[in-house]
Amino acid sequence: MATVTKAAPAASDEKELLISGSEAVAEGLALADIDVVTGYPIRPYDTVIQAIAKKIANGQLVAEYIVAEGEHSQFEIVKHASTVGARVFCGSSGVGWAYAMECLVVTPPLRVPMVCLVGNRALDDPGAFGVEHNDALFVRDLGWMLCWIDTSQEAIDTTLIAYRVAEDRRVFLPLAISADGAFLTHSQALTLVPPKEKVDKFLPRYDRGDLLLHPDNPITVAPQANEDWVIEIRRQNDEAMKRAVTVIEEAYADFRKVFGRGPENPWFEEYMTDDADVILVGMGTISLPMKVGIRNLRAQGKKVGLVRLRWFRPFPTEKLVKVLSKAKAIGVVDRDYSFGSPFHSGVVANEIRAALYNAEKRPPLLAFICGLGGREVTLEDVYKATDLCYNAANSGKSEAKTLWLGVRE
Amino acid sequence: MSALIVEVVYRGIFQKNLAARIARGIVLSARKSGRWGIAFGRYGDSPQRNGIPAKDFAIVADTKEELEQNMARYEPKHTDVTVVLDDTLSKGVESWAWYGLQPINRLTVPNGTVLMTSVQPFEGLLKDIHKRDSPYKLSLLRAKASFSGLWVHKEDHTEARILGALAKIAPHFLTLDGVSQAIQEIEWGSDLKVASARKAFERLETREVKITEGNSEIPYSFEMPKWWEMREGVTIPAIPIGKPKEGGQGYVPERNPYFKKFTTRTMRPVIDFDTCVKCNLCWISCPDSVFDVMPDGTFDAAMEACCGCGVCEAVCPVEHCITMVNEAAFEDNASQWDMWRKDKAAYKTWLLAKIGDKATTVRSHGFRFRGQYEQELVADLEQGGVEIAAGIPGENAAHKTRNVQGGSSIVTGVAEAPGA
Repeated sequence: MATVTKAAPAASDEKELLISGSEAVAEGLALADIDVVTGYPIRPYDTVIQAIAKKIANGQLVAEYIVAEGEHSQFEIVKHASTVGARVFCGSSGVGWAYAMECLVVTPPLRVPMVCLVGNRALDDPGAFGVEHNDALFVRDLGWMLCWIDTSQEAIDTTLIAYRVAEDRRVFLPLAISADGAFLTHSQALTLVPPKEKVDKFLPRYDRGDLLLHPDNPITVAPQANEDWVIEIRRQNDEAMKRAVTVIEEAYADFRKVFGRGPENPWFEEYMTDDADVILVGMGTISLPMKVGIRNLRAQGKKVGLVRLRWFRPFPTEKLVKVLSKAKAIGVVDRDYSFGSPFHSGVVANEIRAALYNAEKRPPLLAFICGLGGREVTLEDVYKATDLCYNAANSGKSEAKTLWLGVRE
Repeated sequence: MSALIVEVVYRGIFQKNLAARIARGIVLSARKSGRWGIAFGRYGDSPQRNGIPAKDFAIVADTKEELEQNMARYEPKHTDVTVVLDDTLSKGVESWAWYGLQPINRLTVPNGTVLMTSVQPFEGLLKDIHKRDSPYKLSLLRAKASFSGLWVHKEDHTEARILGALAKIAPHFLTLDGVSQAIQEIEWGSDLKVASARKAFERLETREVKITEGNSEIPYSFEMPKWWEMREGVTIPAIPIGKPKEGGQGYVPERNPYFKKFTTRTMRPVIDFDTCVKCNLCWISCPDSVFDVMPDGTFDAAMEACCGCGVCEAVCPVEHCITMVNEAAFEDNASQWDMWRKDKAAYKTWLLAKIGDKATTVRSHGFRFRGQYEQELVADLEQGGVEIAAGIPGENAAHKTRNVQGGSSIVTGVAEAPGA
């Protein structure tokens, strides 16, 4: 339940609400004035659908709200709505996202700027609600833009930025915002909600232009093609993803201009990295125990910093390498797994290893897997990771293995 | 020559099983003399589309290494033998993929062989086959195109005859004994089929084709767009609305600028503009928007778009106004209406000649009466091919297959057919 607090910051035209990450996304969707939204319940994603339903019921948002018979249909419906010019929203979690996979695959080549929320959830089996990032990562190779948010504030802000980026004609790619189940989707925090007039200055209307499916613009979408055409279509997608880099940077710069807040660096948050010997890397709400742990470690004289990766696709290779190269050791903490991958590491660790391959200075890198299935990431986990990173910094060697933290053994 | 590369050019649906069996038969025959081989279809083709030209390939080599050099391809870069299962493919190959029009002898190596089943004379075929800059051989098996249905293999020994002919053309790889042995061992093999192969070996007609011979038309082609020239979002624009034909009269629809159907059809409509009642039915019914509305209200069929389905003939209410005629009877794709307007009397003469030749107006798809298969089989074996088989079970078919004057080898209808 959103309640306006009385102690809203002075000199701000934004109202302060106590809302969850999912509710913050819904606030963003109302401000973005979405046209079509589809729903099919799965925890933790269903919280955003409930919040949108309430907004429509209360008359705060006018949109087609379509209850689909499953995730597959859910994503097909918004895909088609988007091709006729509607601003759309959809989403899912865990195996629900997996069930929609066929539709998720076809969305990027059709250049549909769908914005989704993935409430990150462990993949069944075992049936579980807790957070793991493997669900959203399913689409990492397919032309989906992927970002991870950390707070309710980032949820609403990123929702607005997401439409601005996805619907840019240079991009026209789907974008999934990932929010950790429970820690973000179900936790309420004080959040600034900007006025509609400001949002209208930041977010233009969705214009599908020459790709609009309309009697006045007769086109065929998605015809069959053979080997003479497919690789060119893939190359187009590749170029759109490359162009997204510029568009994302423009969007964050404009966001700061219009709303007077927001990060300077869209790609990742740096916490105490300037003088850090050891830099830990993670995505999502894992930043919280890490920041607290880092503060405690700093009190003991240990120079530890954090890079919280916000954007995973497009991957900020050069910028990340520039920051990480400065460290004496890097510890990548994955809240996901990639069984049988190089060094049996998580996805992020292997992406960063690959990113560092051409770097002039490659610090030792330790890979950690932590917090799976919603397991709490503790301060002890952070301390242990840091100690191991210091050992690697001293020896100057990467360990060719992956360490699991917080697992009973 | 240490490898033999053969392409089998066929028409989608009707001949896809035939082509596959020939490609397999080549490999299995060559295996009898210790060769290695593979058989495959061009994966980018769509052999499930009616009449669309498509290709199968067989490659046999002395060693596995030589074989590997020619594998993992959609299409070999050159072929020693080009087998053509329908002589209307002489006009070229436009597959389902948008490649433009490829001459039938495009891949055939210098002094290689184009092997075709046809009852046409060499000279008739050379009016259609494109000229090229190196000589080659044209070999003919006297037989009509073997058309079957969707999943059906028409068991008329065409595969055995092709294999027998190949034993003559490429004896280093396919001996007649090897072919005979393979035919006997493969599915539905029989002594009769072996006899068919041996007769084909003996009867194969071959002549050299000089570089001066052939159709001098420049085959239709286009350049494939670059990735950044293509529309995004896997979209293609609708075909724009057309324009009046001339002087604000008539209507010519816009058509796909890349995908033409010059060689997709085995028959084309011939139109009598004098008897046309301007009812629009052909124009409405045509699935490919083939018909241009002419300034006088009649309808001309644009050959770049016609796939030869015959719907126009079937719906036309006027007898002999639209008649489907075999592609072999035509040497160009010129407008019939233009010809008619220029000289109506000459056009009438031309039209009557075209639609009056029963050998080219009866369709070869399927059988018309019980026992026809056995009859044709005997004729093929004993006489070196039948001239014609009878036609379509269609509304207008009856008047074309009855009351034929003096057509000795033409099957003249259900009632008179033996064993009906």
